[in-house]
Amino acid sequence: MTTVKELKIGQTAKITKVNGQGAVKRRIMDMGVTKGTTLQIHKVAPLGDPIQIFIRGYELSLRKEDADQIEVQIID
Amino acid sequence: MGIKIALVGNPNSGKTTLFNALTGAKQYVGNWPGVTVEKKEGKIKGKKDVLLADLPGIYSLSPYSPEEVISRDYVIDEKPDVIINIVDGTNLERNLYLTTQILELGVPVVIAINMMDIVRKNGDIIDVEKLSENLGCDIVEISALKNQGINELVEKAMANVGKSITPARPIFAGAVEHAIAHIEELLLHDKPAEQQRWFAIKLFERDQKVIDKLNVSEAHIAHIEEDIVECEKLLDDDSEGIIAAERYNYIDSIKDGFYSNKRIRKEKLSAKIDKVLTNKWLGIPIFAGIMFLVYYVAVSTVGGWVTEYTNEVIFGEEGIPALISSGLKSLNTAEWLSALILDGIVAGVGAVLGFVPQLLLLFLMLAFLEECGYMSRVAFIMDRIFRKFGLAGKSFIPLLIGTGCGIPGVMASRTIESPKERRITVITTTFMPCGAKLPIIALIAGAIFNNSWWVAPSAYFLGVVSVVISGLILKKLKAFEGASSPFIMELPEYHLPTIGTVLRSMWERGWSFIKKAGTVILLSTILIWFLSSYGFENGSLTAVEDMNNSIMASIGGSLAWLFIPLGFGVWQATVGILTGLIAKENLLSTLGILYIGLSEVSDNGAEIWGNIQAAFTPQAAYAFLAFNLLCAPCFAAMGAIKREMNSGKWTAFAIAYQCVYAYVVALIINQFGNLFMGAGFSLWTVVAIALLVGMIYLMFRKPGKNRLQPRLAN
Repeated sequence: MTTVKELKIGQTAKITKVNGQGAVKRRIMDMGVTKGTTLQIHKVAPLGDPIQIFIRGYELSLRKEDADQIEVQIID
Repeated sequence: MGIKIALVGNPNSGKTTLFNALTGAKQYVGNWPGVTVEKKEGKIKGKKDVLLADLPGIYSLSPYSPEEVISRDYVIDEKPDVIINIVDGTNLERNLYLTTQILELGVPVVIAINMMDIVRKNGDIIDVEKLSENLGCDIVEISALKNQGINELVEKAMANVGKSITPARPIFAGAVEHAIAHIEELLLHDKPAEQQRWFAIKLFERDQKVIDKLNVSEAHIAHIEEDIVECEKLLDDDSEGIIAAERYNYIDSIKDGFYSNKRIRKEKLSAKIDKVLTNKWLGIPIFAGIMFLVYYVAVSTVGGWVTEYTNEVIFGEEGIPALISSGLKSLNTAEWLSALILDGIVAGVGAVLGFVPQLLLLFLMLAFLEECGYMSRVAFIMDRIFRKFGLAGKSFIPLLIGTGCGIPGVMASRTIESPKERRITVITTTFMPCGAKLPIIALIAGAIFNNSWWVAPSAYFLGVVSVVISGLILKKLKAFEGASSPFIMELPEYHLPTIGTVLRSMWERGWSFIKKAGTVILLSTILIWFLSSYGFENGSLTAVEDMNNSIMASIGGSLAWLFIPLGFGVWQATVGILTGLIAKENLLSTLGILYIGLSEVSDNGAEIWGNIQAAFTPQAAYAFLAFNLLCAPCFAAMGAIKREMNSGKWTAFAIAYQCVYAYVVALIINQFGNLFMGAGFSLWTVVAIALLVGMIYLMFRKPGKNRLQPRLAN
């Protein structure tokens, strides 16, 4: 099992499951991070956290701890 | 009865620009009741009886953020006649997610697809008719920035007033729709048909706010729970996740029908800009450079000049006060009344207005940074550091502005989403030495430390360290526990904001300062003026010649003992601290009056340096400086704190914390200073050591340790 946290810059992956609960999970999903969607890692902040992903045509930033809740399958 | 229209949409969708384009100059800006979320209303241009309410920028209608709860409650309870849903045409998928929720609310919806000029320029095609058919509502293509399609939008919105609503269409997977239909049938048949689906979906999501509102019985909950659990098993997610995913699945399923981009995607301009601005190596230096520039223009140069001009020329001796003074003389006004007008009211108004030009300049630059999209990058770059201290990446802005003036600084904390981080930011912002504290620094540096280069930087250092220490202490307090805000944030595309939008934002904030701070400063200035100029002479209350006989002097005298361990237990200093609550720079004029009977002292108080040298040891003087920098800010800033906390309890906590912290720090400085200056070890040295150890413990203790242990024992 891989999570978004483990992906490297430039990698593309397909979301298989969003873990967690309550406000954080809802917020992640509200922003379009849902099962079956592909995302690409675009950037890591200068200090190493948070990260920036490209999903559904826009840029989204989230902390690594939250990125760890998103399970993915690496595409390339 | 007038017509009410609500404007709803994602942040960064151009909502503010559209609101301004629709309403023109006349707007009402206030707060939603009970929360610190801004509420804006305005009459639609050319339609006298049509009120447009600007709901907060939101991504969803979840129950987890005040903005989202306000928006959904407003629509459900106030039932606007029409909703205008603004949608960013360059970011359709995510914007339509909110649309699917809005369509369930049982109010006619008109969708305004914004940024159509950019969509067309990109060569993308949106089949509006097809989309309109899919969603079952009217759609207008607009460009709020270029003022295109606005009239058509107003016409379409007006045409939808009073239109009968067909219940929103089923868009979810079979099993989910089945469960929702079941909930509607069981519990919601007495609700208006067009609202049933909204409530049913919320019950399916186990939305506690709606469950409470509808007062659903335990038995019914248990009943619908069977259906929900079945769906959850089938779709391998919790019910809330299922609905979110189903909405996006629906958008994905219709997307190809109405949207196409023929062009091979070039790298977006924003991505190119971000290659530099959030670059691994360049990101932070550029950020520091931009912040320096903002500060340099707003505080050091242009802003400083205009403030000086207003204070010294317009409100200076030859300016307005002189005019009013001669006017009062020619009218033969009673002396006490002239004094009240000149020293109380005019001085009070001057104290407020003197800062306004500088504030406006600062707000102007901040509005630009916000509107162009860089502010989100600030949060992105700074999050890692600030999170450690219980603050948000965006806390940098209030703290930076706080070095100009604490009031807008405190007000700037409103952009922070999580209550915990916002509260800690509000409490710590005024630790930064604001413009009004600079004269105090100049006084102490000049009188005691021979104008050494290190005094002013050390004051800023003390401010920053105090923010860090307080962040570490406060975030571990039980009252601040609870989830810090999820940092899940859109990085919007950069764009050049319109001049109008930036100016308007500047003016709104500036005006809110003048209104809120103005009244507080004015009233408290009059109060302190009264306490300082009236007293008991010959057994009766009268205007006193000598401030030594004033009520203020007796208050100072009775409180001075409090400050003995801090090294400045003289009554003049105490009175200075009290009058500093009006505006920190008042401390100088007060000491001027008390020591040499002269209220007009220069910017660094050079006239009273001799008295200060006589009254304070160096360590006591520095402790005095530290105390004045850190303790409760001026009344106006306290008013701003109250406004942002929106709670008497939290305001009281903030002020109390600031005073206690300032007291402890000043005591430690003075007592350690005494020790190193060879005054020897005393009981107070022990107290200082104990306080220092206690502070370090509070900073580094493991939070919640005591509560974890019993659980482990179980």
